[in-house]
Order: sequence, then C-alpha cells, then structure tokens
Amino acid sequence: MIKLTVNGAARSFDGDPDMPLLWYLRDELGLTGTKFGCGVSLCGACTIHLGGTATRACITPVSAAAGQEVVTIEGLSPDGNHPVQVAWRDQNVAQCGFCQCGQIMQAAALLKDTPKPSDQDIDDTMSGNICRCGTYPRIRAAIHQAAGQPAPATKGERL
Amino acid sequence: MIHDAKMSAQLAAGTKPALDNVSRRGILGGAGALVLALSLRPARADETQTAEQKAQKFGADGMPHGWRDDPKIFVAIAPDGTVTVTNHRSDMGQGIRTSVAFTVADELEADWSKVKVVQAWGDETRFGNQDTDGSRSTRHFFQHFRHAGAAARLMLIQAAAKQWGVPASEVTAVNHTLTHAKSGRTLGYGAVAQAAAELPVPTDVKLKDPKDFRYIGTGKVGLIDNFDITTGKAVYGLDTKLDGMLYAVVARPAVYGGTVKSFDDSEAKKVPGVVKIFKIDGGTIPSEFMPLGGVAVVAKNTWAALKARDALKITWDDGPNAGYDTDAFRKELEAAARKPGKVVRTQGDVDGALAKAKTRVEAEYFVPHLAQAPMEPPAAVARVKDGFCEAWACTQGPQAANDRLMKALKLPDDKVKVNVTLLGGGFGRKSKPDYVVEAALCSQAVGGAPVKLAWTREDDLHHGFYHTISVEHLEAGLDDKGMPVAWLHRSVAPTIGSIFAPDPKHELPFELGMGLVNTPLNIPNMRLENPEAAAHVRIGWFRSVSNIPHAFAIQSFVSELAHAAGREPKEYLLDLIGPDRKISPTEIGDVWNYGEDPKRYPIETGRLRGVIEAAAKGAGWGRQMPKGTGLGIAGHYSFVTYTAVAAEVEVDDKGQVKVKAIDIAVDCGPQVNPERIRSQMEGAVVMGMGLALTSEITFKQGRAVQNNFDGYEVLRIDAAPKVVRVHLVPTGNWDGPLGGVGEPGVPPVAPAIANAIFAATGRRVRQLPIRDQLSA
Repeated sequence: MIKLTVNGAARSFDGDPDMPLLWYLRDELGLTGTKFGCGVSLCGACTIHLGGTATRACITPVSAAAGQEVVTIEGLSPDGNHPVQVAWRDQNVAQCGFCQCGQIMQAAALLKDTPKPSDQDIDDTMSGNICRCGTYPRIRAAIHQAAGQPAPATKGERL
Repeated sequence: MIHDAKMSAQLAAGTKPALDNVSRRGILGGAGALVLALSLRPARADETQTAEQKAQKFGADGMPHGWRDDPKIFVAIAPDGTVTVTNHRSDMGQGIRTSVAFTVADELEADWSKVKVVQAWGDETRFGNQDTDGSRSTRHFFQHFRHAGAAARLMLIQAAAKQWGVPASEVTAVNHTLTHAKSGRTLGYGAVAQAAAELPVPTDVKLKDPKDFRYIGTGKVGLIDNFDITTGKAVYGLDTKLDGMLYAVVARPAVYGGTVKSFDDSEAKKVPGVVKIFKIDGGTIPSEFMPLGGVAVVAKNTWAALKARDALKITWDDGPNAGYDTDAFRKELEAAARKPGKVVRTQGDVDGALAKAKTRVEAEYFVPHLAQAPMEPPAAVARVKDGFCEAWACTQGPQAANDRLMKALKLPDDKVKVNVTLLGGGFGRKSKPDYVVEAALCSQAVGGAPVKLAWTREDDLHHGFYHTISVEHLEAGLDDKGMPVAWLHRSVAPTIGSIFAPDPKHELPFELGMGLVNTPLNIPNMRLENPEAAAHVRIGWFRSVSNIPHAFAIQSFVSELAHAAGREPKEYLLDLIGPDRKISPTEIGDVWNYGEDPKRYPIETGRLRGVIEAAAKGAGWGRQMPKGTGLGIAGHYSFVTYTAVAAEVEVDDKGQVKVKAIDIAVDCGPQVNPERIRSQMEGAVVMGMGLALTSEITFKQGRAVQNNFDGYEVLRIDAAPKVVRVHLVPTGNWDGPLGGVGEPGVPPVAPAIANAIFAATGRRVRQLPIRDQLSA
C-alpha cells in the first residue's frame, strides 16, 4: 500500500507500484489535467509538482511518490487564479491548450525558484515542454507578465 | 422549438441518447428557450457566371452536406437570459468555438458574459459540413452565423413589441436589453425568449453595420475555454471518462499493409488488470480511414494495457511495402523528376525559350515525410451496446467518424453518434478517424463496456498518415536582363489519393492547386509537370499540405534566380510576380481554387505583393546586416489567403542556424478574430520552423525510424525566435472574400529561412530539414 498526498488529500494505492504517476492520476483519480504526450519525459505535458519540484509524471512510478505531496494543475490554486494561470489567460497563450497545463506547472516552478527570470532562464527551464501549436512567444510573454516584467511585443509594430 | 423530421424520429425512437446533455440542451433548449434556425442564404448573385459555373457549387455549398437552410445552426436563450450557441466545427486550437460564439453574440447584441458555447455532435445532415480542415470554418460559416444571430435578435424585438403593443420598429435590442424608448420600458432577453421562440423565423434580416460590431473584428474577446484550459478542466479526447470504462491500446503492423500471421498472448494475459486481447483485421491497401489492424489489448487502466501490449509476441506478415526505404525512394523521385512527366499546366514554348536563354539555372528541392504529431495523440472513447454506438473523440471530422463506425459495426446512421471533444491539436491527423473505429471495436469485443483507446507517441509516429515526400525539379532560362523567359517545374510526390484508390500515380487537382499550377508568376513560357510516384505509406494532410514543398521550391528558386541575375531578391520576387492584376485560377489550370468561386476569389497579385512588402518593412529589409547574419523573404498564396515571411538568421562558424526574428504578414480579407489570426500566424511560424530545421520521418524496411520526440524533433522554446512580429494587412471591406487562416502561415517559413541562410553564408539549402547541413 502506497500512501501519498494529492492536492492536499491523503490517498492510498495498492495497485502496481511501477505504474507511472501519470496513469494513476488520470485513470485512478480522474485528474485528467495532467496530460500524456510522449510517455518518456520528452514533452513535459505531464508536468506536476512532486515535493514542490516540477516532475514528469509519465516516468515517475507511484512508488517514488510514497509519503510525498503531489500537486497537479487542479491543485495549483484553489480558485484557478495562480499568477501564472492569470497571465496565461491575459496573454491568450493557449491554442489547443493540451500542453498548457504542463507548461503552467513548469512555469510556476520556475517562478518559485527564479522570481525574475531572464529569457535565457525561460528557455533553459521551459525547453522540455513542447507546444506543437507554437505558443512559445506567448509563453515567454506570460511568464514575464507573471513575474511582473514587461513582455516583448508581437504585434508587428514596425508596420 | 424547431427540429427536423430526422431528429423527431430519433427522439421518438429514443435513439441517439445524448449523454452529453449539454449539447442536447443547446439544440432543444429548455422550457422557455428560444431556439432559432438559420434559414437565410446570403445573396451570391453573379450574373457574369457561365451556366457551367452556376452549376458548380462553391464555398460551404460545395462541401458535403453544405450548410443548412432548415434548422442546423442554433441559438438558445434560457429564461435567465443565458445564450447558448451551438458550434459545429471542431476546435483544435484555432479558436473557432470563440469566434462562432462571438459572431452570433454580436449580431444578437448579447452580453458576452452571458454567452456559452456547446459543441455539436457529428451530424452533417443537421448541422451542415463539419469537416474541419482546409482553413475553412470562418471562411465558410461566418456569414451564416451572423445571420443566425441577427434573426434571433429580430425575433426578440418582435416578441417584446407584441408584449408591449408597440411597433417593432420602436424597439431596440442592445447588449441583452430590449428597450421601448418612448415609454421607457425595458426587458431582458430571457423575459421574452419563450414568446420569441413561438414566432416564425424572419426571412428578411438586416445585418449590423460593421462599425457597430462589439466583438467581431475587435480582437478583444478572450478564448471562451480559457479558464478550463488553464485549470485542467478542459476535456480532450483522451480525457473523457465514463462509468465502468476500460482502457485499450493496439499493436499495429509496423509496415503499411502488414497483417498479423499469429500471436501469442500467454505472457500478456498474466499482466494484472488485462480484460481482453483480440485481433483486429486490417492490412487493406488502400486503408482509407479504417484501422490498420493488429492486436488490441483492453485492460482496467492504461498502464496495464501498455504492459500487456509489450508482452505480446506477434508474428507479422509485412506485406508489399516491407522494402520501403526513404533514401532509396528519394533517388526514385529524383529520377522521375529528371524526365518529362504528365503536363499539368503549359503556356508558350518552354523548350524553345530555354534553348535561346542567355543563362540557364536548374535546381532540385527535397522535403521529407513529416508527422503532424499533435500534442494529444489520437484518442477516443466508444461504447457499443444494445445495437448503438456512441463515441467521444478528438476528431476533425465527426461525420467521417460516424460513417466509418457505421461501416465497421454494420449499424445504420441512427444507431451511431459521435460526440466531439476539444482536440489537443489536429494539423490534419485527426481528420482520419481510424482510432475512433478502433475504440468501438474494443468496446464491442468486451461486450459493450465503454473503452478509451489511446495512441502512444510511438504509435502516432509509426502508424501515421504522413505528409508526402517530394522532389521538386526546376529549370529556368533568363534573358539578358536576368528575367526568366522560361520556367519548367516538375513536382513529384506520392498523392493523398493513394489512401482512397489503388495505386494512383499522380497528384490530385487539390494537391496541384496548392501552389503548383496556380503559381502567380509573370513568365511568358511555363510548363508544369507531375511525373509519377507510388505511395508506400499512408499519405495524409499535414497543415498546409502540398503548399509546403511547392512554396519551398518556388520561393527558394526565385531567390536563386535573383542571385544568378545579380539582383536584389525582394525586388526580383516582386518583378516576377509582376504588375497588380487579378488572375483567374481556372485560366491557369487550377480547377480547384480551394473550393471557392474563381470569380469571387481570383489570385490578386497586388495582395501578394502587399504582404511581401509588409513583411519586408517589418523586418527592416535592406538594412546592413552583421557578418554571418542575413535576411530572407518568401511569399505565398494558399487557402485563398496571402502570406509572406521575412526571416533573420544567424549562422555561426560551426554552421549552426539560429532564427533570430520572423516577420510574418497576412492578408486574409476581413479579419473576424484578429487576436486568433495573430496566434495562428505565430504558431505557423513555429511549426514552419520545425519542419525547416529539424523534423523528418524516414523509413527503413517499411518501418518509420523515429520513435518519439527525441528522433522526431519539433521546435522547442529555446529555438523559437525571440522576435515574432505578425503584420495584419488591413482590410476595410467586410463584404470582401474571407480567406483561410489556420494553414497559410506555414508555407513561406521554410523558404524564407533558406533564403536568409543564403544571404548570411552564400550557401544554398535545397533539402529539408536543414539540421546540420551547413556544418559539413
């Protein structure tokens, strides 16, 4: 029996301890905000916070979370108004939106560690999170906004 | 309450049970709801059309099931005033749910905070065409949704006027409030919704003056799904959850056309949680949209299904494509491109002009297979029980899915229902519903429990409907001023037609019409050819489709000619496009024209020139560039929209390419949702850069070599340019023809980058992806 905390609630699991957290969260707990994109830690769609650290749920067995605190996108903020979530909405970052939960979880972890990230910090931390729709310019802008920094323009101001 | 005969019959029979009651409510409304049918057809009178052209249908009219002039697009208003708009087009990130809802809301004069959107299920008889691809949703349905909103508003006005006993002309409807100014009386929309619903749908509806638009064209409306997306509540195909649901994956043949000879599931069955393992028939070439076959594993969770699939021992018959090798195949394509092929457009005397030309230039360009690789791989939930199949799927074509389910399950139309979830990307992959059929076969095999069928990323890259593989061979003869007098272009690529018909060797009109036959260059002698090519994998649509290789080749070649002529590349490109004029697509051999009326949608060279100038201006074209950096430009016409890209690149002394800035200009006619046009252009830049720089699917022994995002490299944020400027070329005319938006940003990206690399280094890239070609 594995005991862990998910979004503040105590949970126990007596299934296959090798099951990745991703499938435990999605299939067993119904927390589908944590997405499957690659299964091998190459795309970041499944990013959660494990013990406060951004972690890829797809390669993390449930057993590795024993006794720890897991936070998913559903638990990032009680009202969905974490500064990163607000910035994501203000900038209309999402296109399809599928990768954005992972992006937001990664960005929230970045800002916790580095409250005023440079573009290089953003590139270094966010390059494990793929967005196939190509929202990267707005992800940068939203992270800057959440950090209280001016965002670069994409409006074609030279025209 | 208005509904058609088919719907009535279904309700009476108790069929098409809507577990997603939301969409059913949206259609029927609750008590007191106004349910409105769009019943008006915007005028499209063109007295200059020939009889043949009049018989030919264009736009939404030309699509299967067109659009409906009986109840198909609905507006419901609840007693509390909540407006519910039913959207019948799939949203895969283009924001159509938002655009449809605010278009109706604007003409309805609805308060945006009181507007909801619900998603239509797959039923084109009811809703009109739902095939969400080809950059068509806004282009085809904007005017119809405007009419729906305007008619609803008029009905509310008439109902209020009746209640007050005043002429309708004295009642106004503004921002969710009905007002009779003379008597100072007001009513909310909800208060008269029921009375309005009992009125006949007006046939004479006046649309708003565009200067009064609240939402349309403003770019101020945020995504209607924004909160759900950013909080993990949004439901995609992979997220549907039903009571008692099981989970499945399929082991498919690695080679297109392969079949299962035998399989041993003794180890797989030992995995705890496995419920059922069974064979799915397949191996048919052409596959059409049906499953490839293989061995399915159904289990109590995804993890168990995956583990059991790994434990299967399957002996395959690889079938006729086991020898497919893309390196060898490229040589076949090159050989074909160097010999005359089927002529698809000709004017003047190319051979004579080439022979007399002062300078001859020749080049070949290569674009590999690509995988759409949407972040959400194909996924669907299906339940096949009591002779009824209901599915929930991230599909671009719910009617297509519905029809394949009917075929696979041998069920009539009224026993199949496909609900549409949000799509975690599509890019053309999710137009093909093989995965929805797989889900249904799994549910059937376990006796009717709902089953969620997931594709892994490896499944997605190994068993895709790939972008074609192509060689473009170009020759030109220049006169003594350096301008081309002759142009020969041979385009060789397996056709998408190969998934529908046995062994077709030539591209279809819609592929040729994607920037080949409709090349708007002003050259007296031109011949375009399409030599034969066979397909050995499933070929499918990839965002912007054949425009990718055609634009890469043509826009690179023009830059090469400029260099041969000693000319400045942008001015040379503009000279080649020539003076502002309207070219009839039909007259230059494009019988398709993206399905649009060639009279209403000629190719306007002035607009093409306009976007090239706008991108160039945005990039500061002509400025002095530091060593190792360069600007490149490319323009292209696709999906009846004009786009151009100016790229700034830096190539370091190790040959590594960095794209520093992109300026993309677009002229898509009226800009319904400028905010989403910008986001689509930004996204197209990123996707275009990925295919330009790193993405490629190769095959050995019939098998896709790349397994996941390590081998199939797509653009990541660290390679995305720090500067992406989108320039929307202004339009002042809301009556002008609407262009597509989702795809046209992609084609000019790769040639602009290749041209910039040439400007930076003097080295010409003729094959994609660029990767480390410059390191050699």
